[in-house]
Amino acid sequence: MEWETVIGLEIHTQLATKSKIFSGAPTAYGAAPNTQACAVDLGLPGVLPVLNHEAVNMAIKFGLAIDAEISPISVFARKNYFYPDLPKGYQISQYELPIIGRGAVIIELQDGSSKTIGVTRAHLEEDAGKSLHEDFHGMTGIDLNRAGTPLLEIVSEPDMRSAKEAVAYMRKIHSIVRYLEISDGNMQEGSFRCDANISVRPKGQKEFGTRAELKNINSFRFVERAIDYEVERQIDILESGGEVVQETRLYDANKGETRPMRSKEEAMDYRYFPDPDLLPVEIKPEVIEGIRKLMPELPDTKKERFIKEYKLGHEDAAFLTASRDMADYFEAVATQSAEPKLSANWIMGELSGFLNKENREINQSPVSAEMLAGLIQRIKDNTISGKIAKDVFEAMWNGEGDADAIIESKGLKQITDSGALESLVDEVITNNPKQVEQFKAGKDKVLGFFVGQIMKATQGKANPAQVNELLRKKLSE
Amino acid sequence: MSLDKNDVERIAHLARLQIDEADKPEYATNLSNILDFVEQLGTVDTENVDPMAHPSDATQRLREDVVTETNQRERFQKIAPQVENGLYLVPKVIE
Repeated sequence: MEWETVIGLEIHTQLATKSKIFSGAPTAYGAAPNTQACAVDLGLPGVLPVLNHEAVNMAIKFGLAIDAEISPISVFARKNYFYPDLPKGYQISQYELPIIGRGAVIIELQDGSSKTIGVTRAHLEEDAGKSLHEDFHGMTGIDLNRAGTPLLEIVSEPDMRSAKEAVAYMRKIHSIVRYLEISDGNMQEGSFRCDANISVRPKGQKEFGTRAELKNINSFRFVERAIDYEVERQIDILESGGEVVQETRLYDANKGETRPMRSKEEAMDYRYFPDPDLLPVEIKPEVIEGIRKLMPELPDTKKERFIKEYKLGHEDAAFLTASRDMADYFEAVATQSAEPKLSANWIMGELSGFLNKENREINQSPVSAEMLAGLIQRIKDNTISGKIAKDVFEAMWNGEGDADAIIESKGLKQITDSGALESLVDEVITNNPKQVEQFKAGKDKVLGFFVGQIMKATQGKANPAQVNELLRKKLSE
Repeated sequence: MSLDKNDVERIAHLARLQIDEADKPEYATNLSNILDFVEQLGTVDTENVDPMAHPSDATQRLREDVVTETNQRERFQKIAPQVENGLYLVPKVIE
């Protein structure tokens, strides 16, 4: 039987506020345990939560970016459960009236087609602390620094039909929150993580199959693997006549498999009710309009502009606009070098290669946009060939200075003195009579041999176009 | 709507309440009465009434995003039953 996969994602993204969502404690990552947990975060008696203005603004920005409804009135609710990572005994979240309603994003698939994925809602809530289960004399250690960090939970419609689509959607949301600068999107630090609801059904069937929920996946790679594994598992069960159980499962990245969480943990009834400590949040139209004016250019718009303004191909533009840092870097290089196409090639080729090799992000590149633009200018004005430029690039990467300094100190300037080149060409022709004969007999390919000889003699510093021209002239004499 | 002993036990568990066996029938009756009352409210036509999230008409005041709380870990941990390496220790939570 042919099966169809149905996937919906819940993405939790930490908002990049300075202070917590309901308290004035700092949110910096990596501080000593419990040094950023104040009385409100600890749930001490008598404290009251007060909502962070910036968290609301950031949620509105996200709503505008996905063209969503922004609720004029939204309400915070208590999600009740007992777990020591939130000492109050409940998480403040939103239930019936979330701040952001229905919206949509467009994802691009590998075959070049695009697809609209619906966003059901996005709501504000507080993050929980961390439990450390190493041995503390048989006890659990609790660090509440993360408790109260603002989260925006973005819930999608069950619109995705493959792990690849799910990853494309997750990347799109990641790109949007980074463009908006509402989250650092750091997945290692847990600033961006997702739960996936997965089910399969016979192709053509209207009703959804029974779903399993995969919890807390924190990398794009794991999302794809976890979903693929889970889909296989469910199809195996159904094909052998079994039934999928609705349950919460964990993805074990080491074993590459999913396994059920203890049933006790999912036997939850959160008993949501409006939090009496917080009044309804009102968002006036003028506030939304004010924020709309401050919205940055978003990836889709930027991509279209790059295609138009810099005459880039669709794929190049998509690559260069995937992150805002990348797009800014490209624009700086393209503007300063006045060579957009060459800039794009160097960024997608050499620079990306080096970044990947050292697992660095674009903003950690030792070669700045100015330096790369400087290099491209030297290619353009024929000071160096494209081939030598690669050596110069590597030297820049290794911190040996900017392009001009490296070209100077290493003596990499192209030989454009035609007298010097001419004598070299003469020499090579005299030394290789056999190849000259072949060329004259019509074997045009031999020209490459001569070019190679001259490049070798000049250590690549000869201008290839000039060499070609000289060779043709001399060989036909 | 009528709750039985099992429902009472489940609700007590979710709220982490320890209740005496002897009291359970009474809780079941009282809670059932509350639900009956709510059911009675359900018969009122509220078609054009907005749900009330809060008895006050006021809306939430917002805080500027500034850090106002300094680190007072030592003071907080003085009143905690058990701490180690800056962590609060609690009975083992099984993952």
